[in-house]
Amino acid sequence: MKRLLVLGAGTAGTMAANRLHKVLKNEWQITVVDLDTEHIYQPGLLFIPFGTLDRKGVIKPRFKQFVKGINTVLGKIDLVKPELKQVLLMDGTVLPYDQLIIATGTTVAPEETTRISGDSDASEVHEFYTLKGAEALAETMKSWRGGKLVVHVTEMPIKCPIAPLEFVFLADAFFKDHGVRDQVELTYVTPLPGAFTKPVAAKYLGDMLDDRSIAVETDFYTEHIDTTGSGSGKLVSFDERVIDFDLLVTVPINMGSKYIERSGLGDELRHVPVDKHTLLANDYDNIFVLGDASNIPTSKAGSVAHFAVEIFVENFLQHIAGKPMTHSFDGHANCFIETGNQKATLLDFNYTTEPLPGTFPASKVGPLSLLTESRMNHLGKLAFRWAYWYLLLPGRNIFLPSAMSMTGKTPADQLDLRLPTTDSGDPDPGDSDPGDSGDSDSSKSDTPDIPIPSF
Amino acid sequence: MPTITIASSSVEVNDEGFMTVYDEWNEEIGTALAANIGLELTDGHWEVIRFLRDDFASQGETATLRRVSNTGGMPTKSLFKLFPKKPAKKMAYIAGLPKPHGCV
Repeated sequence: MKRLLVLGAGTAGTMAANRLHKVLKNEWQITVVDLDTEHIYQPGLLFIPFGTLDRKGVIKPRFKQFVKGINTVLGKIDLVKPELKQVLLMDGTVLPYDQLIIATGTTVAPEETTRISGDSDASEVHEFYTLKGAEALAETMKSWRGGKLVVHVTEMPIKCPIAPLEFVFLADAFFKDHGVRDQVELTYVTPLPGAFTKPVAAKYLGDMLDDRSIAVETDFYTEHIDTTGSGSGKLVSFDERVIDFDLLVTVPINMGSKYIERSGLGDELRHVPVDKHTLLANDYDNIFVLGDASNIPTSKAGSVAHFAVEIFVENFLQHIAGKPMTHSFDGHANCFIETGNQKATLLDFNYTTEPLPGTFPASKVGPLSLLTESRMNHLGKLAFRWAYWYLLLPGRNIFLPSAMSMTGKTPADQLDLRLPTTDSGDPDPGDSDPGDSGDSDSSKSDTPDIPIPSF
Repeated sequence: MPTITIASSSVEVNDEGFMTVYDEWNEEIGTALAANIGLELTDGHWEVIRFLRDDFASQGETATLRRVSNTGGMPTKSLFKLFPKKPAKKMAYIAGLPKPHGCV
């Protein structure tokens, strides 16, 4: 029997192992390693701070999600030794492999951001990307009496990049429900130039923030967080902007597992560089990287892992047969965005096509609507939790094509949108340098034949 | 892709004005691109731009601010001083490289 070793029993690792076992069980022994025994449904963490879901609703036993015949190992990974085709665990166990799948994801690294704190801090800093963090935030939300709530993304890329936007939408609805919205000042702070990276979605989502009186601070690259003292906390950027908060909900920098750095396999964020179409690690012929652990330039999201695993399985069968891999992953992502009041919107995009409005998956009849709030989208998001455990993880098909389709979408050039072309709302015009946006605006109109980016 | 003339050289740029051919760049072009966005290049700027050029040649993609800081040893704060407001994008523009991935 040949040996396939899968590092990480989360969304991607579980789907890949279950799908491959079905077709390879007579030739390959599949072994999966993880460091704990609880599989957390990560999209559910968003709802915990608002009390609409609790830990029982998001956890299932990790190793029970595998079909019979797959070996499971509980242990912490120390090193990958590609030259020996071995993985070493912290307890000394050596796991040999013929093919390796890295699927250990990415996680928050709050220690990467300078934090200044004291003994009697009045302001609070929370996160909701871990179960522990989401539960602690839920406790605070129950008794919080209003003030400045700042939702903050430290640095891209982050897992589920629309989750902090969803948080701010849900917070708006939560405070309205409790009749205290007028006592809460909501601000969304992002290192991106807008609410989202791509222009059409940034326009739609930016308008939704405006409609809810949620302030947005863009291009904010965080230097430190200061909570000392009895007043407001301060979020400070490298260009010396300061944002006051009473409650900061931050998304810390996301990084891959530390063994990736120890093994010399990762980039600065401990994500493993791969071919974005085959997910084969750049320097190795027998290491694939699935899910959030790789550096592919698309969202770090469960839907991406799912679409990518479908392509990967076809390619892997060719690869181990010594044939060229003929299937190409297109970066397809499909993300529901909860917008409050039992509604949601939906994004569907890939490496080359930005999120566009329209209907999904079918033209006209949908039933889901892209970049438009609807109750059907919200029901879709709720139904997805069931589909995750009972269809996706076991490796069953869910009737969505893995490649993105233009069916139902309105192409960007047919949209009548007034898209933001330059930065609007510079928060501190007094601090701008002479070569900044004003300059590029004028050069744009004076010399239309030489395109100059708007900074 | 439009072709433009800058510092007496004909170069290909994308719709936003970022150069698309690595080998078409030279330091005179870098100086002219910087002038387009109102920057006069000092030794400090050049240190960053040369790091970006070399790093792109070996890595095949434009270094992020984090990489310039961690690998190039140039503190992020100084990058904001040299290339105010949007250092990653400005550095790439002047160095004739694609802007870093818009991460989604």
